[in-house]
Amino acid sequence: MIWFMLREAFDAMIANRMRSFLTMLGMMIGVGAVIVMSAIGTGAQDVVEKSISSMGSNLFIVLSGSTTSGGARMGSGATPTLTLSDAEAIAELPSIGAVAPIAPGTAQVVYGANNWSTTIIGSTPSALIVRNWELESGYAFTDADVRGATRVAIVGQTIVENLFKDEDPIGKMIRIKQAPYQIVGVLTKKGQSLDGRDQDDTILVPVTTAQRKLFGSQFKGTVRLIMVQAISAEQMDETEKAMMELLHQRHRIRDNAEDDFSIRNLAAMAAAAADTAEVMSLMLGAIASISLLVGGIGIMNIMLVSVTERTREIGIRIAIGAQERDILLQFLLEALMISLIGSLIGILLGVGGALIAERFFSMSVIFTSQSILSAFGVAAMVGIFFGFYPALKAAKMVPIDALRYQ
Amino acid sequence: MSNIMIKIKNLTKSYSTFAGKVAVLRGIDLEVQSGEFLAIMGASGSGKSTLMNILGCLDAPSGGIYELNGVNVQNLNKNALASFRNHIIGFVFQGFNLLQRMTLVDNIALPLVYAGIPREQRNERANAMLIKVGLEGYGTYRPNQISGGQQQRVAIARALINHPKLILADEPTGNLDTKTSQEIMELFSELNITDGITVILVTHELDIAQYARHIIHVKDGQINFREPTKRMKEIEK
Ligand SMILES: Nc1ncnc2c1ncn2[C@@H]1O[C@H](COP(=O)(O)OP(=O)(O)OP(=O)(O)O)[C@@H](O)[C@H]1O
Ligand SMILES: [Mg+2]
Repeated sequence: MIWFMLREAFDAMIANRMRSFLTMLGMMIGVGAVIVMSAIGTGAQDVVEKSISSMGSNLFIVLSGSTTSGGARMGSGATPTLTLSDAEAIAELPSIGAVAPIAPGTAQVVYGANNWSTTIIGSTPSALIVRNWELESGYAFTDADVRGATRVAIVGQTIVENLFKDEDPIGKMIRIKQAPYQIVGVLTKKGQSLDGRDQDDTILVPVTTAQRKLFGSQFKGTVRLIMVQAISAEQMDETEKAMMELLHQRHRIRDNAEDDFSIRNLAAMAAAAADTAEVMSLMLGAIASISLLVGGIGIMNIMLVSVTERTREIGIRIAIGAQERDILLQFLLEALMISLIGSLIGILLGVGGALIAERFFSMSVIFTSQSILSAFGVAAMVGIFFGFYPALKAAKMVPIDALRYQ
Repeated sequence: MSNIMIKIKNLTKSYSTFAGKVAVLRGIDLEVQSGEFLAIMGASGSGKSTLMNILGCLDAPSGGIYELNGVNVQNLNKNALASFRNHIIGFVFQGFNLLQRMTLVDNIALPLVYAGIPREQRNERANAMLIKVGLEGYGTYRPNQISGGQQQRVAIARALINHPKLILADEPTGNLDTKTSQEIMELFSELNITDGITVILVTHELDIAQYARHIIHVKDGQINFREPTKRMKEIEK
């Protein structure tokens, strides 16, 4: 019986090829859009999450310079006011995990015939802990190197790729601003940061070396910023307050005076970014779902036309003994068949579309079996939901009226 | 349960139209024995089709009592009525009413689908029925590929497929020429005599009505009189 009805539904669909196809098109577009949008949304979310986790957890950045000056916003860190002893003092506070003073700059780096312009970061070995960054080979420079301001360097993957190609960089000498530096370690790959920078395009040197030998004019005993890692997420607020007090004291800032530093809670910013990404992804899904709804209304529309057109046929079926549920099932199956075939094609189109987006627009897309299954499930529900009213209308027909219908 | 197939008492049917209430059937009393072959005649608009539709459980009367096969039809719900139409009644229409999209075999077998008969049995019985109405080999044709007379045979085959006790035919020869009409009537006659099926048919032609055993004349929604046909009189002699 069910096979007979399926075949009948199929025949009815074929009998009105063009119309069935156009109705399916609505479902195809709807399901396809849901698949593409959720793949792109999930992909974007994944990128954000990866770069957040690559940043290190429970982080603060203490920046040199005031945030505002007479109402106008000044570039933070424009005039370095933080010192290495500030960093050391912060490290003494309770609930602090690790502290890394940062003195960054850019410079041309030369190895043999190759040269490369990159970011040089002067810091301490704690920088690796704070950034949750591991070494691929070699070892980190030590506190002794920091004390002695030695010319040693740890290089990122992009530097390896551009300067060394297939050579092993450990122990090699590179030249930064004419002076030779020995490479002691190579960092693992980190990928892009939240704002799209290549985090691997960097060289780490002792902070003192950066201050005295590389960017001497810029930092006279000062650093641009201090990265601080709290022991746990719960202690972030407490830590922020303690640092505030400490730096007020150390910099002798009176209560109503302007700070010459600012503290940023990266964890909060990361959470906000993750939230934004999630909302974006949900919005994309919601917008796509509207086209699914429109597809469903298309099915309802066509099924209503079909039921009206086939009133006489329905009358004949009822006259020879079809029960209400037989007619109901017949038209539900037709609606379901259209929506399921449409959504199957829609899934293929959606996957294809997302792959094209990935390939030609270098978007990151991620398919979850969940998104595909739910698109399919929703399509089935759309078919049943929007097919139900027309089917019920058919099933409730009065035989004599249906038979008389011209 | 006696051998009475249909028992009708004071049956009425009225429609409310914009011009007010129109009484179409105005108190019909009728008893039909099992094995009867009854022809209903009467002027156009006298209410013959209305009566047939009520007899066939396609329409509900406004008043009165209708017992079919010993069951009071007014007490049945929609599903039970559908089951009655499926198992007890076979309806033949003037306009054939076949489903154009289906083959003849599928058309004939359709009532069996709703009776829940498995496929193989359905096809077997439908093919046997096709032979019975003289259309062997036409199983895979579609209604628009055969003549009106052949279509009416298919419709009769469909009416017969689930072994009904009662065949109702509303002007079954109305769209057919004289010769084809006679062939169709021979078929009804055979069903009535050899298979013992009760047949009620509406016609405007007296020579078609002569295939029946009795004729009732309907006038203005009432039965005017009832008479045996010539053929019946000959048999009775
Ligand atoms: N749905 C309806 N609404 C209003 N009036 C109706 C309806 N159906 C039938 N009638 C009226 O009932 C009357 C009887 O109709 P019916 O079809 O039973 O006549 P009939 O005897 O079969 O006629 P014919 O020989 O032309 O087929 C007609 O006057 C018709 O106008
Ligand atoms: Mg009529």
